[in-house]
Amino acid sequence: MKTPAIEVRHLSFSYEEHLVLEDVTLEVEEGDFLAIIGPNGGGKSTLLKLMMGVLKPDRGEVRLYGKPPQEADIVIGYVPQETGHNLDFPITVFDVVLMGVLHRRNIWRRYDKTLKQKAFEALEKVQMASMADRRIADLSGGQRQRVLIARALCSDPQILMLDEPTASIDFNGQREIFALLEKLNEEMTIVVVSHDMSMVMGYAKHALYVNKTAVMHTIDPHTRYQIKQQLKDHKGHYCGAEFWQDMGRKIECTSECRHA
Amino acid sequence: MLEALQMPFFQHALIAGVLIAVAIGLIGPLTMANKMTFMSGGIAHATYGGVGAAIFFGFSILVGATVAALVAAAVISFIAYRYAHRADTAIGIVWAVGMAIGVVLSDMTPGYNVDLMSFLFGSILAVGSDDLWLMALFDLVALSLVWYFYYDFLALSFDPVFAKLQGVKTGLLHLLLLILVAMTVVLAMRLVGLIMVIALLTMPSFSSEQYARSLGGMMLFSIFLSIFYIVAGLFVAYLYDLSSGASVILVAALGTITLFFIKLMLRTIRHHPRHQRRASVRRGGEA
Repeated sequence: MKTPAIEVRHLSFSYEEHLVLEDVTLEVEEGDFLAIIGPNGGGKSTLLKLMMGVLKPDRGEVRLYGKPPQEADIVIGYVPQETGHNLDFPITVFDVVLMGVLHRRNIWRRYDKTLKQKAFEALEKVQMASMADRRIADLSGGQRQRVLIARALCSDPQILMLDEPTASIDFNGQREIFALLEKLNEEMTIVVVSHDMSMVMGYAKHALYVNKTAVMHTIDPHTRYQIKQQLKDHKGHYCGAEFWQDMGRKIECTSECRHA
Repeated sequence: MLEALQMPFFQHALIAGVLIAVAIGLIGPLTMANKMTFMSGGIAHATYGGVGAAIFFGFSILVGATVAALVAAAVISFIAYRYAHRADTAIGIVWAVGMAIGVVLSDMTPGYNVDLMSFLFGSILAVGSDDLWLMALFDLVALSLVWYFYYDFLALSFDPVFAKLQGVKTGLLHLLLLILVAMTVVLAMRLVGLIMVIALLTMPSFSSEQYARSLGGMMLFSIFLSIFYIVAGLFVAYLYDLSSGASVILVAALGTITLFFIKLMLRTIRHHPRHQRRASVRRGGEA
């Protein structure tokens, strides 16, 4: 069997005294599209940071292609949660994307032509090349998120990890982001923390429900196709009721659900 | 007004003003983007402790101020890094204690009657030619450092968490920035004063942020504004015999408010109904 891209074994983690994750075990195959879902404070982002090696587990271990994250010879593209706290700062789209190759600058701490070319190609991949000279503050939330994805792409990652990329983006923007991720998934493994069940069910191959412990759920291609079609017309809203039922969890519908 | 230009002391003040404006224009945007205004205030006030110590123990005021400013920068950087959630409290303490030490030590110095106010609010008479060389040298150092670390500072200002993931030494960069602030404060002390320099770090940066498209542009515009404010302020101070620091700050405040309203007007024009139509069509399409 092939070595999995990400392997987590019996992992536990706590902040100070507070246990956040307990005995989490999972495997992510190369080329997978994994969505991490679950309630706020359930440990989704923490698990993502542990996978990247930014945080170290108290117990258990994380392996990327068979090696600990610090030693693994792979590149992870990271798209952090958009907090937007420094949007007044004047910086162009292109300069933001270049941050993705900060560690590869020349001895004058400047970007070479090849790096600039890479940044431009990354912008083309997310269809934002025409906005390269715009101020980041002038973009919509969805466009800004694309730029942050381009920033992660320009280091040629094997695994792309995103933390809530569609929070505070309108429906169409969300769908475009997930369609983009689906396309990128042809070339790389994707792990995305998301709140949005409709998007997750329409695009991801696996969903991991994290609430201190973790349960893996496979989204079969048929369901995925159907939900995606519904999302396209913006007719249906998939509230994930079936999904939660499958997993033996309480069904909670949002007000949006009930009106759908 | 022109006869002022014949006076050596005023020539000194003018040259010093331009030199210090370069440093302020470079460093100000970085301190504002990294939300360091309060930290800069802490450093500036703590520097007064060094001035008091120099007066009391009888060594050079420049040395005393430099040492105090650097110590304050190091302490504040350490606190901001280790105890981020209570950093503002701690900075408030450094701020007041430094100031108090300065006041007590100068009180205890017998027969000392130099105008202490000039250190706080600046004096047009206080700049010597040695100071000018020092300022020029510092401008050169600051310019080289900002050029060399430009993209690091850019990343630190926009997204420090991501910058750290990319291997940028954000902690050291933060300290370097505070050291640059400390030196700027010390060199600006004689002309604009310790208290006034904080406002000069913020006001030109605030205006340029609204107009510039990049960090570099923001710095250039800030330098230009700082030069204008300081030179105009010095002339006002000379003509009406006022504290130079206070005059500079009031000129700067007038300029900042004017630029703010110009920007506001430009924005209102851009959002005029005629331009608005396209946006509302787009919104309608989404519903």
